[in-house]
Amino acid sequence: MDGNDPSKDKKSPRRRAAATGPAEPLPTDPVAGGGLLHRRLFLKSGAALGSAAALGVTGTFAFAAYGEESALEPPGEMPPMPPATPPWMKTPGGPLTNYGQPSPHEKKVIRWITSNQSSPGNGVSWTPLQDLEGAMTPNGLHFERHHNGVPAIVPEQHRLLIHGLVARPLTFTVDDLLRYPMMSRLCFVECGGNSNAGWNPRPLQARAGHLHGLASCSEWSGVPLAVLLDEAGIDQTQAKWLYAEGADAAAVGASIPVAKAFDGAFVALYQNGERLRPENGYPMRLLIPGWEGVTNIKWLRRLKVVAEPMMSRDETSKYTELVPDGTARQFTFVMDAKSLITAPSPGKKMQGPGLYQITGLAWSGRGRIARVEVSADGGASWAEAELQEPVLPHCFTRFRIPWDWQGAPAVLQSRAVDETGYVQPTREALVAARGTHGYFHYNAIVSWRVSAEGKVSHVYG
Amino acid sequence: MSTDKRNIWVGAFVLVAVGLFLSRGADRIAETAPPRGPGLGHQVSLETAAAWDISIPPDGHNLPPGSGTVAAGEKLYLARCINCHGKRGRGLSAEELVGGVDGLTGDYPEKTVGSYWPYATTLFDYIRRAMPQDAPLSLTSDEIYALCAYLLFLNGVVAEADVMNAATLSAVEMPNREGFVRINEMAR
Repeated sequence: MDGNDPSKDKKSPRRRAAATGPAEPLPTDPVAGGGLLHRRLFLKSGAALGSAAALGVTGTFAFAAYGEESALEPPGEMPPMPPATPPWMKTPGGPLTNYGQPSPHEKKVIRWITSNQSSPGNGVSWTPLQDLEGAMTPNGLHFERHHNGVPAIVPEQHRLLIHGLVARPLTFTVDDLLRYPMMSRLCFVECGGNSNAGWNPRPLQARAGHLHGLASCSEWSGVPLAVLLDEAGIDQTQAKWLYAEGADAAAVGASIPVAKAFDGAFVALYQNGERLRPENGYPMRLLIPGWEGVTNIKWLRRLKVVAEPMMSRDETSKYTELVPDGTARQFTFVMDAKSLITAPSPGKKMQGPGLYQITGLAWSGRGRIARVEVSADGGASWAEAELQEPVLPHCFTRFRIPWDWQGAPAVLQSRAVDETGYVQPTREALVAARGTHGYFHYNAIVSWRVSAEGKVSHVYG
Repeated sequence: MSTDKRNIWVGAFVLVAVGLFLSRGADRIAETAPPRGPGLGHQVSLETAAAWDISIPPDGHNLPPGSGTVAAGEKLYLARCINCHGKRGRGLSAEELVGGVDGLTGDYPEKTVGSYWPYATTLFDYIRRAMPQDAPLSLTSDEIYALCAYLLFLNGVVAEADVMNAATLSAVEMPNREGFVRINEMAR
């Protein structure tokens, strides 16, 4: 071993605690206002355990649980001890199943639907981000945005047509594409209209997922678009755009720069290992990691190679953002960095003062999340949160930080910074730059107020 | 120079030229070409591709034959559109199609066909593919031209006597034609 062994430079908390010289801060000392503790508190547990009592946590280092506002049992009361051998140990369990379902006790973890009553297929359903952990979204909870319902596509009767400025117009069957070399990406898809309640003059009271859950994250697998375009032989001198169109009853379409088609875009056939769900584009959809949801055309049936954008309805009258001077931002493809705290969040309730884990999600269409900072005093001071590995580009990144809540009112915020240096803006800065009539691309810092009673509500700043 | 010698020189030149070409080609492929697929696409005729093509670009080159008047459009609107879009394009469950005359800079800007849409061709494209919501792709080209004429008339963009067809619809200048700024660098 040479002297570069990095392990020799690592000081264990115990060694540091025993070191002489100026007193180092204890791991349980707050690192920012409002009681935020070091993100790696638990890695420092050797030193921390001794001072756990200072946090009012007895014995060991457990987090207090968040309650549900709607919970039947009063907070803090332990349910009675179950029998030593519960009934399900005394009788054979249920049979094997062909396709598993969530526990019947988790029935409340569902997408929240908002649609036009006169056309129920035109609307959205929101991922319940406040009820999930980790970074991946279960397929049945991936958000939906349909413009005229979920088409009942028969895969044998579906084709992908590539035409326009190509040497050879080609069609592909689903089975054809299943025989191509595949690629996989873990990445989020986010609707351009996600979080748009933030443009309202007053903060809407709703659960985190009902405000920000038009974003979900999956492992998508499919065929690189570049391979298919090369096979058709695109006209390099004239081809500047691709018009992608879905086979739904609104034939939703989007114009995409050809350069992006050769920069990571792919035709996805699988989501989290299984074939796409109907509501997520079965049998095939476009996937453009980091780009606005509407460009990830579901039920993909046609790619026309063209010289100019098609200027279809959903890239002119919709998915453009009116700014105060009366012009509108168009082709705002990249989803800027965003983060939000999923726990605690509205609908959850603090169960008295104690040690809590603040957790949430951060993502950026520009690449990887570099860091997430959390504030417990409305943005006056910030502490860096721990990022859950792996931290991947265009992917949900889970962050966590311990919080010693002493029972005083607090305003919790999170702020994402991505690898390009882009910093998630305050609501004030975003509104100053864009006004309040843009409708799309709202990515400001989210603030949750925790009252002295432990109730969590949505506030601005 | 004997023929043999000349052939040798020519042969050498060709070899070097081919070698240079191949190596340049190899470099180019290594730099830019993605992995090649198995080539399973099925070539189709231009006619087949055209039959699938329902998109209308701003220059209107894919607009079908046919035409429609404001009067025919009003009649059809009353029969097929008014239940969601309301009388003269305002109210009810669908969004406003008409209005926004106060512009786009006030406290309550209305993004309607007349105030916001940059291209009239988008009307034909969208009505054909998505409307009416309970029967998309069911209207005839004449009917779609007529609805375009009626909606553009309600918005004060065309006159009551104007007839919409491939040529006239493509030529319509929408009031907010210059109102959009392309943000993504790849889109400029």
